[in-house]
Amino acid sequence: MPATKLSKTAAHDNASRVFDLDAMSLRELNQALHNLTPGSNETAWEVLHPKGSHSVAVGVDQPVTIDVRGSVGYYCGGMNDGAAITVHGSAGPGVGENMMSGSITIKGDASQYAGATGRGGLLVIEGNASSRCGISMKGIDIVVHGNIGHMSAFMAQSGNLVVLGDAGDALGDSIYEARLFVRGKVDSLGADCIAKEMRPEHLELLQGLLDRAGVTGVEPAEFKRYGSARTLYNFNIDNADAY
Amino acid sequence: MCGIVGLFLKDKALEPKLGAMLSEMLISLSDRGPDSAGIAIYGAPTGNEAKITIQSAKPERDFRGLDTELAKAIGVPVSVAIKSTHAVVRTRPDKIDEAREAIQALRPDIRIMGAGDVVEIYKEVGLPEAVVERFDVRHMTGTHGIGHTRMATESAVTTMGAHPFSTGADQCLVHNGSLSNHNNVRRELIREGMTFETENDTEVAAAYLSSQMAHGKNLGEALEGTLSDLDGFFTFVVGTKNGFGVVRDPIACKPAVMAETDQYVAFGSEYRALTKLPGIDNARVWEPEPATVYFWEH
Repeated sequence: MPATKLSKTAAHDNASRVFDLDAMSLRELNQALHNLTPGSNETAWEVLHPKGSHSVAVGVDQPVTIDVRGSVGYYCGGMNDGAAITVHGSAGPGVGENMMSGSITIKGDASQYAGATGRGGLLVIEGNASSRCGISMKGIDIVVHGNIGHMSAFMAQSGNLVVLGDAGDALGDSIYEARLFVRGKVDSLGADCIAKEMRPEHLELLQGLLDRAGVTGVEPAEFKRYGSARTLYNFNIDNADAY
Repeated sequence: MCGIVGLFLKDKALEPKLGAMLSEMLISLSDRGPDSAGIAIYGAPTGNEAKITIQSAKPERDFRGLDTELAKAIGVPVSVAIKSTHAVVRTRPDKIDEAREAIQALRPDIRIMGAGDVVEIYKEVGLPEAVVERFDVRHMTGTHGIGHTRMATESAVTTMGAHPFSTGADQCLVHNGSLSNHNNVRRELIREGMTFETENDTEVAAAYLSSQMAHGKNLGEALEGTLSDLDGFFTFVVGTKNGFGVVRDPIACKPAVMAETDQYVAFGSEYRALTKLPGIDNARVWEPEPATVYFWEH
């Protein structure tokens, strides 16, 4: 059956549109995703046999669901703006890099710099994340069920990083205003990153993040909060309310 | 960038397929490095012969008559199996050093790729597919092997600048990254009596490990030493006669993925390199930790 026919059928009954990367190219998949227009009925996509391919479902800007059945390579879901992407496997470096909105869920582990420079949306890693998770994050929310590696949240600017397990060395080095919540141990804190008081508004924020990430059986009070000591840049106390 | 792979078989039934498996792993990483490619295969030990892998830019001239001339020079039988620009010289293990010297004397333009009881090393400028075809790597059998596809940074794109580098009997190493203190370490190793073929940083890492093992350290201990003595970016995959090891520098920005099943331990710069391995869907797959030594021995 030709692809166009398949897609019309899918549009008609909202069945998921299936892309098998053994039979079709990555470029065809990403082009089809980029061709989506607002209000399209092709709201459910499934990607088979990704086999570690790079750049699977990058730059999607429509609110569709994309289920990737297997492990992916570099930059999966990069620049995502509204799609709900689930990888039923592990992800290579740079998953969700510069995500704008929407969500990405990794059922396995994620390699280095997951969620780097992300501006919005939710990245959930159900396994472990590697080094530099959330590096230079600018508004994204990241929830990691397992551990994160060294130099995570380096120069993080805003957003929230939630870690149910442990964090590696130099957490939050040179951090600006992101909030880091870690339930386990932290090997060491980076420059200008300090433990902070967990106030009621943080508990509430954290509960919301855990709920959105589908985490159950874990209480916000089990976490410690870390953030910027604000000694590395000129901080005007008059602006404190903005944070 | 560069792409590196390694495969250490636990299941003897896979040994006839080692070359084919390793070839596919390396080819899948071709776009990580188009400059040159190389592969080292550890075959089954025969007990009564050792091997020297040699290379020549003019194989028709340099390999012709080499077997008889070499046999005459060292006084024992020698065989020379030619594969394109490379050839494997086989002779009695106790005559290997003598054979090495005689080859250099008889054919000054021949370069030694490596030597040992079991290892064979093939490397050339070009893409992995071309290198694999040229040396018929797919039909090679063995217990373990490592491979590399290169995007050159620290030295010229030449056959001798390609990986793997071998600096000791049955020892070789592939590297993704770049070392910053290799000139200093090279000077120290030269003072110890080691010799170098190139200006390449990776050759220094290989020689460093050979030196450590010559001082009695095992593979794991030698790899541990790289963490304090070598400065720069590295993910190393190393082969010895019966072992296979992996180590990454503490920053660990050079990618690495490993997989282990009852049949094998596999390494790839990316998961793509592992997708065709048998049983990969149920393998334990993990990213090796920074500054942590992993090694396996038969």
